[in-house]
Amino acid sequence: MAKVEEALQRVEAHASVIGTIVANAEGIPVRSTFENSKAAKYAGLLRHLTLMATGMVRDVDPQNDLTVLRIGTKNQEIMIAPESDSLVIVLQRFDG
Amino acid sequence: MSKDQAPAKPYKPGNKKKEDEDPGKLIKPPDQLELSETELKEEITRTLTAKNPHAPENLAHYKFNEGAYKVTTVVNHMTVHFVIEGCLEHQDMDEDESQTPTEELSEEASREEGEDSEEEGSGDGGEEEEAGEDDIPDSVASKANNDEPKCTNQFNFIERASQTLNNPPEGRGCQTLPPPRCNYYATAYQWDIYDVYMAELQKQEMMKEKQKDSDRDKTKKMMLIETPSDDVTKVSKSAKLLERMVNQNTFNEVAQDFKYFEDAADEYREQEGTVLPLWKFTYDKAKMMCVTALCWNYIYPDFFGVGLGSYDFSKQGRGMILFYTLKNSTYPEYIYPTGSGVLTIDIHKKNSYLVAVGFYDGCVCVYNLMNKGHEPEYKSTVNNGKHTDPVWQVRWQNDKSLNFFSLSSDGRVVSWILSKKELLFSDAIRLVLDYSVSDGPEGIQNLTAASGTSFDFHPQIEDLYIVGTEEGKIHKCSKNYSNQYLKTFDAHNMAVDTVKWNPYHPKVFISCSSDWTVKIWDLDYNTPMFTFELNASVGDVGWAPYSSTVFTAVTTDGLVHVFDLVINKFQAICQQPVVNKKKTRLTHIEFNPTNPVVIVGDDRGSVISLKLSPNLRKKPKGKKGRDLVEGPEAEVAKMEKLLSLLRDLEQSPV
Repeated sequence: MAKVEEALQRVEAHASVIGTIVANAEGIPVRSTFENSKAAKYAGLLRHLTLMATGMVRDVDPQNDLTVLRIGTKNQEIMIAPESDSLVIVLQRFDG
Repeated sequence: MSKDQAPAKPYKPGNKKKEDEDPGKLIKPPDQLELSETELKEEITRTLTAKNPHAPENLAHYKFNEGAYKVTTVVNHMTVHFVIEGCLEHQDMDEDESQTPTEELSEEASREEGEDSEEEGSGDGGEEEEAGEDDIPDSVASKANNDEPKCTNQFNFIERASQTLNNPPEGRGCQTLPPPRCNYYATAYQWDIYDVYMAELQKQEMMKEKQKDSDRDKTKKMMLIETPSDDVTKVSKSAKLLERMVNQNTFNEVAQDFKYFEDAADEYREQEGTVLPLWKFTYDKAKMMCVTALCWNYIYPDFFGVGLGSYDFSKQGRGMILFYTLKNSTYPEYIYPTGSGVLTIDIHKKNSYLVAVGFYDGCVCVYNLMNKGHEPEYKSTVNNGKHTDPVWQVRWQNDKSLNFFSLSSDGRVVSWILSKKELLFSDAIRLVLDYSVSDGPEGIQNLTAASGTSFDFHPQIEDLYIVGTEEGKIHKCSKNYSNQYLKTFDAHNMAVDTVKWNPYHPKVFISCSSDWTVKIWDLDYNTPMFTFELNASVGDVGWAPYSSTVFTAVTTDGLVHVFDLVINKFQAICQQPVVNKKKTRLTHIEFNPTNPVVIVGDDRGSVISLKLSPNLRKKPKGKKGRDLVEGPEAEVAKMEKLLSLLRDLEQSPV
C-alpha cells in the first residue's frame, strides 16, 4: 500500500518526469499529479489505446499479455502499464 | 282386312316401310292427285337414307362475329322418338350423380331389361339400392367418398335448418410496458475464447480442491487478497515496472554505456585499461554506514546484495542489508534493517532467495527474500552456537542440503545446516595459534584461539579450504580434519583481510592484507609467487571470473587496481581513483559473474558500478593458423605457464 505510493513518489521525484496518473477500470483518474480535466482526458484516451494494444497482443498469442506500452512523441515519452483493469501512466520528458 | 295406313310419325328415321299388305290392289282415294300418264311413268328414285326427312336442309343463323345471317350446312338430324323418366337407381351410384337427367337416359335402357327382377327397388326406403346391369361409372363416385354416404330417404326426408343469433364479436386487448432493452455488441477475439476456457478450467480445479476438503483457510485468505482496500494498491507491479523504465530513461546514457560502450582509446594504450563509472547506488538511511560486504546473485546477474555496518570498533551501531538491481539505481529492491552491524553476506548460488549474514555481535542469520517482512528466517542464538566474536565471513556450500560455514574471530569455523525450524551447527575446526604446543601442566594441551578473518572454499575440491587469520597466517584446512591444519603459510605481517582461490587453477590463491600487499600463492610453495605493493591498506581482492590471471584490488586511498599477470607481472594495468581520496575509502569489490562490471563499496554506504575496458578483459591470443583455445583448460594452462616461469627463475639461482 505505502510501497506503491512511495514508488510513485520516487518516480515523480525524477527531474524529467512530468507527471503520473493512476486510473481505474472506467478511465477515471484515481491519483494524479495533473489537474483533473487533463488527467481524465489522458486516462480516457489511453484506455482505449491500451485495450486495442492488449487485444492485438493476445490475438496473436492468447497466452501472451501486454505489460507496458511506450509512446514516444516529439515532446515527451508516455509510458502506460496496464494491470488488472487499472492503468498507470507516466509522462517523462527527454532530458539530457 | 282393311288396309290401315297409319299416319307417318314425325322424327323417325326414314326407313320407309311399305305398310301396304295388298300390293296388287289399287284403291283410289278421293283426294288423290290426278296425274297424267307420262307423269305416272316418270321414275322417281327413292333412296333409304338415315337422314331425318323433316330436318331442314338449310338453316340460317345470325352470326354475331360476322354480323350477318349465315347459312349453316350442318344440321342436326337426330330425332327423339320416345323418352320416359324412371325412378330406379343403381345401388352403387352416388346421390349427386343420380340427380342428373343425362344419366337416367342410359339407365332407362338397362332398366327395361332388369325391370322384371327388380320390382321392389322403387318401393324401398331408398336405403338399399340393388345392383343391376348398368354402365354408370360408379367407380368415380365411390372413390370420392370412402364411407358409404348416408342416403336420405327421398320420400320422407326433411331437412330443416335454423340459425341462432350470432353474438357480435368483441375484441379485447391490453398492453404492458415493454421490457427495458439495451444494445450490446462485442467482438469475440481469440483471447476472449481463451479466457473463458481458462476460467472454466480454474473453476473445475477449485471444485476438485473443495471436494478434497483441504485447507479452508486458504480459500479465505484468497478472498482477502482479492479485495484490496485501495485502487492504488492493485498496481504495485505496474508501478515498479514504470519506475524502472523511468530510471532507464533518466540514466539512459549509463544503460547504453553498460551494454555497448567499449573504450576505443584502449587500442592506443598498449597495455593499460580503464574502468568506466556506471551507476552509483545510494540509500539515504545508509549514508552513515560503511559497506562491509558485497555479493552478486548468480541466478539473476543484475541483482546484488550489500551489507552495511561499521569496521570501527568503537562506533558499533545498527546495520542494514540492501539488495539492488542494476535496473533501478535510485532505490533498493529489498531493505532489511538489522540490530547489529553486518560484516558479511553470501547469496546462495542456486536458491538465490536465501542469504546468509554474519554480524558484528557474533550472530548468524539466514534471510529468505521471498518472505514478506524484515525478520530473518533463521537466527543463531546463544544456545545455538552463536559466535562470541564478530563473524567475518559466511559461505554457502554448493550441495543439496542447505549448509553454510561461518568464520569468526573466536577461532571457530562452524558449519550450519538449515533444518525445518532452526539452524543446526557443528564446529568444523577450531583455529588455534599453534597446534604443536607443548603440554601444559597435567598434560592438558593449552590452546589459544586464533582469530580467523576470512576464508574461502576450493571451487573444485569440496572439502578443502583456506583460512586467513588476524596474525597474518593462512592455513590450508580440510573439512575432514577438525583439529589439524594441512598446511600453514606465513603470509602477512598484519591481519589477512581476504583470501580467495583462483577460479581455474586448482593450486593458486590470492591474499591481501592491511600491510599494503597483495600476494599470490601456490599450494606447493611456502613463499608467494607474486607480491604486489599497493601503497595503501588493501581492503579487498577478487579474481575475475573470465580469466585465471586477472584480478583486482581496492585500497583505502580510493584506488581500484586491476592486474593481468599475462600482460604485466609487476604492475597493475589499471590504477584508477574512483572516489574522492580524502573523504572516502573503498572497502570491497566484486566481479559480476556474466558482465564485465565490478561493484565497489565505500565507507559512505554507497556502491559504485564500474565497467572494465576491453584491455582489462583480454583473452589469450591464439597463434596464427590455430584455433583460439578458450575455456578453463586454457586458463589453467596460462597460469601454469606463468608459474613455471617463476619456478624456473627461483630454482635457477639456487
